Amino acid sequence: MLEINNLHVKVGNQKILKGVNLKVNAGEVHSIMGPNGSGKSTLAQVLAGREGYEVTAGEVIYEGKNLLEMPPEERACAGVFLAFQYPVEIPGVNNAYFLKAGLNAIRKYQGLEELDAMDFLPLVKEKMKALEIDELLLNRSVNEGFSGGEKKRNEVFQMSVLEPKLAILDETDSGLDIDALRIVANGVNALRSPDRAIIVVTHYQRLLNYIIPDYIHVLVDGRIVKSGGKELALELENKGYAWVEAEIHTAAPANA
Amino acid sequence: MTVVTQQIDSYLESFARFENSAPGSGQGWARSIRQAAITRFSELGFPTIRDEDWRFTSVAPIAQADFKLARDGRFALSSREIGQFTFPGLACSQLVFVNGRYSPELSSLGLLPNGVTVGSLAWFLDNDPDLAEPHLARYADYQQDAFAALNTAFMEDGAFVHIPRGTVLPEPIHLLYISTAAGAPLITHPRNLILADEDSQATIVEDYVSLGSGVHFSNSVTEAVLGQNSVLSHYRLERESKEAFNISTLRFQQGRSSSLASHSVLLGGALMRNNIHPALAGEGCDCLINGLFMATGRQHMDNYMKVEHAGPHCNSRQFYHGILDGRSRGVFHGRIIVHKDAQKTDAKQTNRNLLLSENAQIDTKPQLEIYADDVKCTHGATIGQIDEDAIFYLRSRGIAEESARALLLFAFAGECLQRMKIEPIRKHLEALVTQWSPLGKLLEEAR
Repeated sequence: MLEINNLHVKVGNQKILKGVNLKVNAGEVHSIMGPNGSGKSTLAQVLAGREGYEVTAGEVIYEGKNLLEMPPEERACAGVFLAFQYPVEIPGVNNAYFLKAGLNAIRKYQGLEELDAMDFLPLVKEKMKALEIDELLLNRSVNEGFSGGEKKRNEVFQMSVLEPKLAILDETDSGLDIDALRIVANGVNALRSPDRAIIVVTHYQRLLNYIIPDYIHVLVDGRIVKSGGKELALELENKGYAWVEAEIHTAAPANA
Repeated sequence: MTVVTQQIDSYLESFARFENSAPGSGQGWARSIRQAAITRFSELGFPTIRDEDWRFTSVAPIAQADFKLARDGRFALSSREIGQFTFPGLACSQLVFVNGRYSPELSSLGLLPNGVTVGSLAWFLDNDPDLAEPHLARYADYQQDAFAALNTAFMEDGAFVHIPRGTVLPEPIHLLYISTAAGAPLITHPRNLILADEDSQATIVEDYVSLGSGVHFSNSVTEAVLGQNSVLSHYRLERESKEAFNISTLRFQQGRSSSLASHSVLLGGALMRNNIHPALAGEGCDCLINGLFMATGRQHMDNYMKVEHAGPHCNSRQFYHGILDGRSRGVFHGRIIVHKDAQKTDAKQTNRNLLLSENAQIDTKPQLEIYADDVKCTHGATIGQIDEDAIFYLRSRGIAEESARALLLFAFAGECLQRMKIEPIRKHLEALVTQWSPLGKLLEEAR
């Protein structure tokens, strides 16, 4: 589904990603872990198409197409979804209108009929219930005045409505208490299916107790330096990222 | 400067011809007000940018132009031409003024409770001046303001509205001021007097429009007197042509526990000055000043707010949003004055501006003058572009870039429109605002 080959990304003069390779197949859940500043969020943003990042080398192939050439809205229409680390507040645009506009743009692109309010409302209300989100949120402005936890839940709610093929969660767990974490994880798990892939970007192992990944990759200084199964998370939890960093300094060069 | 002086002479000459045939010229008090006003105007002259209140706005194009009073023309307008200026779905009384004069043929009165007076100020000055006399020209300050002085000297016609004690108007009153294009540039001085007595409630819409193109100058003054416990919603819509000059003064005098909502949507005019001056004179008044100005091309829009707290325990809220495109220029001057006795004042002012082009410009200037010691006053102003983070967020959910821009632009405008409570008015203003930008089409498609 997704193939990242030798991706190099610069922001201004600073090299952030220095040759990332990653292959994600449909049905898989991958977790990208790493210390702060290692480039995790940059990778997520670049996949979603944010401006301000310069790709200096490498490619990203999504379902056979060059993802990097697609504008953000086309990526969304083609099934890519990013749950933001810092969801944006948009005063004056109400949540229901925003979500319906997004859903209908995606449906139109996919050749499906657009939903009217009569079809849309029952759909979103059902999803809200599952995520224990108050229905009043629909009439509020997007993320405006939401608590940190509400914003993160709103991201997962949007994801559950838009039903992407490739979902990327950028530190969706940070700032959540254990109850909210469980709700968010349930929302993500409900989306797991053989034709979908999920990439969970996180700093902490905690979320991975609830969303069990098939693969874990450790990103350090712009490169994936270690990959493994879910047991890698525990090892990281016990030994910390310094352990990986020490290991790569003593072992062969990481780009091998 | 010499040019300016000459035009002042021509106003004086014009006044000499106007004075004797003016409505109410038989009333001594009306004559003396007009004379005092023209004298004061000749002393003040037109303001210049050296005047602190006019620092950002040059009225030289007005001062130098040779305007003719639009007096006795009978302008043949059909009700079909008027139709385009109505608010769909709004049951209301509509008073139509053509080039400053009341047109009974084009006007229609709706549901009006007993005792309510709605009509032409000129008629009342000539025939039944007793209600108007204690209030007319008592609030709008023609001693300080040259345009108010000019209007007062040449006041002729406009709306006179009186809502007696305890009466609730079930329908809004729509006052439509039409300026028609003529050979010579015309000047009109619409003058309105609104008296909302104790415990009354009313909604008034002032609407300035142009038919055809051509230079004209509307110099309007509205005085509204809110009695104890009265509730007044006032809307002002400026949608004249891009060649029009428009100077407007709204002067609200608020009695004890009265509640005022003043809404403005300003889209038209080449050079526009919007003065809003509520005086919260009684105890426990409430005042909302809500406005949206949208300029493009070379339009110049100057908003001058003067919120005067004179009584204790009053609240005022100002929310003004500006959207500026092209080479347009906007000004927001927000002055709050809290007098010595106005303890427990709670005054808030917010002015937010969106610049859509590199050549658009806004000057925003808050000014607090506080003479009481137990008050809460806050102000804030922002100037910015459309938030690119928000654009990206919307796009990442599948919404095309242009649609995302449209959504954010009209959301910004919509924050002001949301405060307007009467649905047919709000809906129509939303439609007008949407038509303002080419981006509006995208929004309509998305709906």
